[in-house]
Amino acid sequence: MVTPIPYQVFVKEVASEFRTRYALNALLMFVVTTLTMVVFSLGDNTVPYEILSGMLWIVIFFSAMSGLSRTFVTEEERGTSLTLRLLTSATNVYIGKFLYNVVLILAMSVFIAFAYRLIIDDFVVRSSSIFWTTIVLGGIGLAAASTILAAIIAKANTKGTLFPVLAFPVLLPLLLTCIRATVLSVEGAFFSEAFKDFQILVSFSVVMIAASVIVFEYVWND
Amino acid sequence: MTPFHLEVRNVRKSFGRKVLFDAVSFDVRLGESFAVTGKNGSGKSTLMKIICGVLTPNGGSVRYVVNDKEIPLSHVAPHIGLVSPYLNMYEEFTGEENLRLFAKIRGIGVRQDDIHGLLQRFGIFEHRNKEARFYSSGMKQRLKYCAALLHRPALLFLDEPTANLDDIGIAVVREVMREQRQRAALVFATNESEDLSFADRVLDLSRLKIG
Repeated sequence: MVTPIPYQVFVKEVASEFRTRYALNALLMFVVTTLTMVVFSLGDNTVPYEILSGMLWIVIFFSAMSGLSRTFVTEEERGTSLTLRLLTSATNVYIGKFLYNVVLILAMSVFIAFAYRLIIDDFVVRSSSIFWTTIVLGGIGLAAASTILAAIIAKANTKGTLFPVLAFPVLLPLLLTCIRATVLSVEGAFFSEAFKDFQILVSFSVVMIAASVIVFEYVWND
Repeated sequence: MTPFHLEVRNVRKSFGRKVLFDAVSFDVRLGESFAVTGKNGSGKSTLMKIICGVLTPNGGSVRYVVNDKEIPLSHVAPHIGLVSPYLNMYEEFTGEENLRLFAKIRGIGVRQDDIHGLLQRFGIFEHRNKEARFYSSGMKQRLKYCAALLHRPALLFLDEPTANLDDIGIAVVREVMREQRQRAALVFATNESEDLSFADRVLDLSRLKIG
């Protein structure tokens, strides 16, 4: 049975990641380090839930920055980007890599969210539906922006620093919305109260994905 | 073999202010063999990448016409095969896994017998379950040939066809070049005089003349 090519690119990414652990190791180390630092820096102090919500998304943002750029950077470093360009169209590559980043970031965000709630006593989520919807929509938005930015920076000499520098202004509206929705989840708001924030998150992802599909062909082929 | 036509018109490539080549034009049809030669740095590999659709030229056009129907460069993958020093395998996968992966991402179905047949022909069947990072440069070159021939492409592009190969490998490659020329079409870039004897026409990029 012939399966869609983007799915084959996605399967290649997953299989490659499990063999090399380029992104997984970087992500895991970053998550563990930052969470440990947060716990030690808080100590016994009581921190307002607004700050704790912001810190959760800081951990998610920087963890994503440490791992998501790998998807294109490794192709350039290993010289396989030409191979991939020869095998299939830019759109198939983009969709496959985007799906992989979505799965990676959702797994990472869920792990961070569970660990964060477990180790920080003051962070009590009263509306799980708002919290998990924010995690999922925020993760998709992060993956959408990160995928195209990773493709852009993959050919630069200063990949490591360029990625968070470019990503921060692009992702700022997404992060602010995610923080606001997370605050609502801690306050125990009704799901409908966070609806406006979800609309922003969905719109961000749709705009980012649509723009990426158009731009990616030029980024990928030059 | 399905009738096809590769049309290259006034292709130009420059890097910054340096013009690598300009006004390159030629045609390749079924049953033809076309060689590109020229001194180091004349742009042979760059021209091959442009024709394969993996690099955008600064000017001119590359068109593929299959069955009187033009195929966009983004959809040309199932019709072409490329062997190039710039083309790398996925080193974390075995030789056989690389070939399966290539077929799947190209969107074509291949039988295990075909994969094993090619690996046997290029003398790396015994190493099929070894990760590509453990392959020597000659074995990697042989694996690239397997990947390029897996889907029996209408057009086979070879950049430095005999690079990194021993005498046995070179003999197999020349046999492949002979077959490809008879069955479909061949475009290759080389400075080896023996390889050039396989060409019906030769484009010298250093002089930009077709002889």
